[in-house]
Amino acid sequence: MDTIDILKEAFGYNFMQRAMIVGTLIAISSSLLGVFLVLKKFSMIGDGLAHVSFATVAIALLLGTSPMLVSIPIVVIASIFIMELNERAGIHGDAAIGLVSSFSVALGVLISSIAGGFNVDLFSYLFGSILAIKESDMYLSIALAFGVISMIIFFYNDLFAVTHDESFASVIGVKTKRMNYLIATLTSITIVLGIRVVGTMLISSMIVFPTVTALQISKSFKSTILIAAVVSVLAVILGVIGSYIFNFPSGASIVMVNAILFILFVSLKKLIKI
Amino acid sequence: MSKIIEVKDLNIFYGQQQVLKDISFSIEEGDYIGLVGANGSGKTTLVKAILGLVPLTSGSIKYSDADKFQQGIGYLPQVAVTGNTLFPAEVHEIVGIGLMGSKRFPKKINKEDNLKIDDILKRLDIFQLKHKKIGDLSGGQQQRVLLARAMVSKPKLLILDEPTSALDPKVRTEFFKLIKDINENDNTSILLVSHDLGSIKKCSKKIMLLDRELMYFGPSDDFSINVNFVEGIHDHIHMEVNN
Repeated sequence: MDTIDILKEAFGYNFMQRAMIVGTLIAISSSLLGVFLVLKKFSMIGDGLAHVSFATVAIALLLGTSPMLVSIPIVVIASIFIMELNERAGIHGDAAIGLVSSFSVALGVLISSIAGGFNVDLFSYLFGSILAIKESDMYLSIALAFGVISMIIFFYNDLFAVTHDESFASVIGVKTKRMNYLIATLTSITIVLGIRVVGTMLISSMIVFPTVTALQISKSFKSTILIAAVVSVLAVILGVIGSYIFNFPSGASIVMVNAILFILFVSLKKLIKI
Repeated sequence: MSKIIEVKDLNIFYGQQQVLKDISFSIEEGDYIGLVGANGSGKTTLVKAILGLVPLTSGSIKYSDADKFQQGIGYLPQVAVTGNTLFPAEVHEIVGIGLMGSKRFPKKINKEDNLKIDDILKRLDIFQLKHKKIGDLSGGQQQRVLLARAMVSKPKLLILDEPTSALDPKVRTEFFKLIKDINENDNTSILLVSHDLGSIKKCSKKIMLLDRELMYFGPSDDFSINVNFVEGIHDHIHMEVNN
C-alpha cells in the first residue's frame, strides 16, 4: 500500500475524522492562547491545569458521570484560584501552579485508589486516545475554537498590551485582570478538551511548543500568532497520521512532531543569521 | 498658566505604614518637574497615585480633563527597557498600544492611528526603526520607542519614572536633551522621577524633593542639595534651600 492508500484508509474511519477535526481545533486554540501565556511567563499553567483535570477525570469516573461535565467547571475555578493566589496571597505564579498541581495529582491518585486502582479509562486520559474522542467532544471543540478566535480578534490590542507591559496597560485603562481571567478560562476549557487527544501528561506541550517554535523566526506579534497556529496544526496532522501508520500513541506522536519542528526552526534561524 | 493636576492633602498608607504624608502641589502647563528623593521616599507611590494605580487614603487628586484622564497623561514606566530580546513585536505595534486608552471596543488601529504613529516616530527620530523588532534595538532606541508609546496620544503631561537608569552616560545625556526639547516645543509638561540629581537639576524648571513629605517644591535654580540619593541614606540628607 502506498501513502495515498494508507491515508484513504485512515480517513475512512469515523474516529480518525473526529481525531483530525478535534485535534486541529484544539491545536488552533492552544497555540493562540499559548502565545499570550508563554510571553507572560505563565506557560506552566497548562501543565498545572492538566494535573487538575487528572483529578477531575478521576472524580467523574468514580461518580460514573461525563468527565467533561465535571472537568470544565472545576478546571476553570482552579485557573482563577491560581491567579488569585498569585495576586492576593503574593505567591509567585510558578509556586501557585505547583501548589494546585501537586494537590490535584494527589487527589486524583487517592480517588483512583478508592475506586480500586487505575483503569483503562483513566489511563486513556493520562496519555490521550483518539479512539476515545466522541462526537460531543467535536462539537465542544468547534465552539471552543470559535470562542478563542473571536476573543483574539475582538480583544487583540488589549491582549497585546497586557502581554507586553501589564503596568502600562493598566495606566491606559485596559482591564488587565479581566483579560487575564479571560485567557485563563479559555485555557482551562482548551486543556480539558485537549486531554482527549494528547492526555494530561502532554497537553502543556501544545501550549508551549508552537509559540516557542514561532518565536525563533517571527518578528512581529501578529506573525508569531499565525506561525504558532500553522506549526500547531501541522504537528497535529502529522502526529495523528504518524500514530495511525506506525501504531504509536497519538499524544506522544504529536509532541514528537512539535519537537522536530522546533529543532527545524532553530536551525532555520541560525541559517537566516548566517 | 492652567493647572493640569492638583494634588491636595494627599495621604497614603500601605497597611499601618504611612508612605506619603500631607502632600499638596499642582502641575501646570509647561512645567518640567524633577521628582527626587532617596529610596523609599514615596516617589513611585506618588506617581502611581497620579496614575490612579493605588488608592488614596485621604486627600484628592484633581485632573483638568477628568473624562480624558487616560489620554491626558503619558507614562514611561520604571525599567521600561525590555531585556527580553525574544519578545516578538515590531516598533509600530508597541507604539500603537499608546493609542488604546482613547479607544472603545473593539479597539482597532486605523489609518489615522497609523499616521499618528508615523508622526511620533519621526518626531523622536526613530521612523527608520518602524518595522524593526523591539528586542533587536539598543537600550537607547528601545527607550525612545517606549517614549513614543507614551507620547503618541499627545498627552498634556508626560510622567517618566527613572527613564535613564538603564542607559549609558552618552545616551542618558541625549535622552535628557530630548525631554527638554519635548517640554519646550511640544507644549507637554514633564514629571520626571530620577536619582540623577545633577542632570535633572540642569534640565528641569522645578524640583520636587520627597521624603514621604514634600520637603521642597520650587524652582530648580533655587535648589541645591548635598546628598547621595543613590545610596538612599535619609540621615545624611543635608539640604540647603536658597530662597
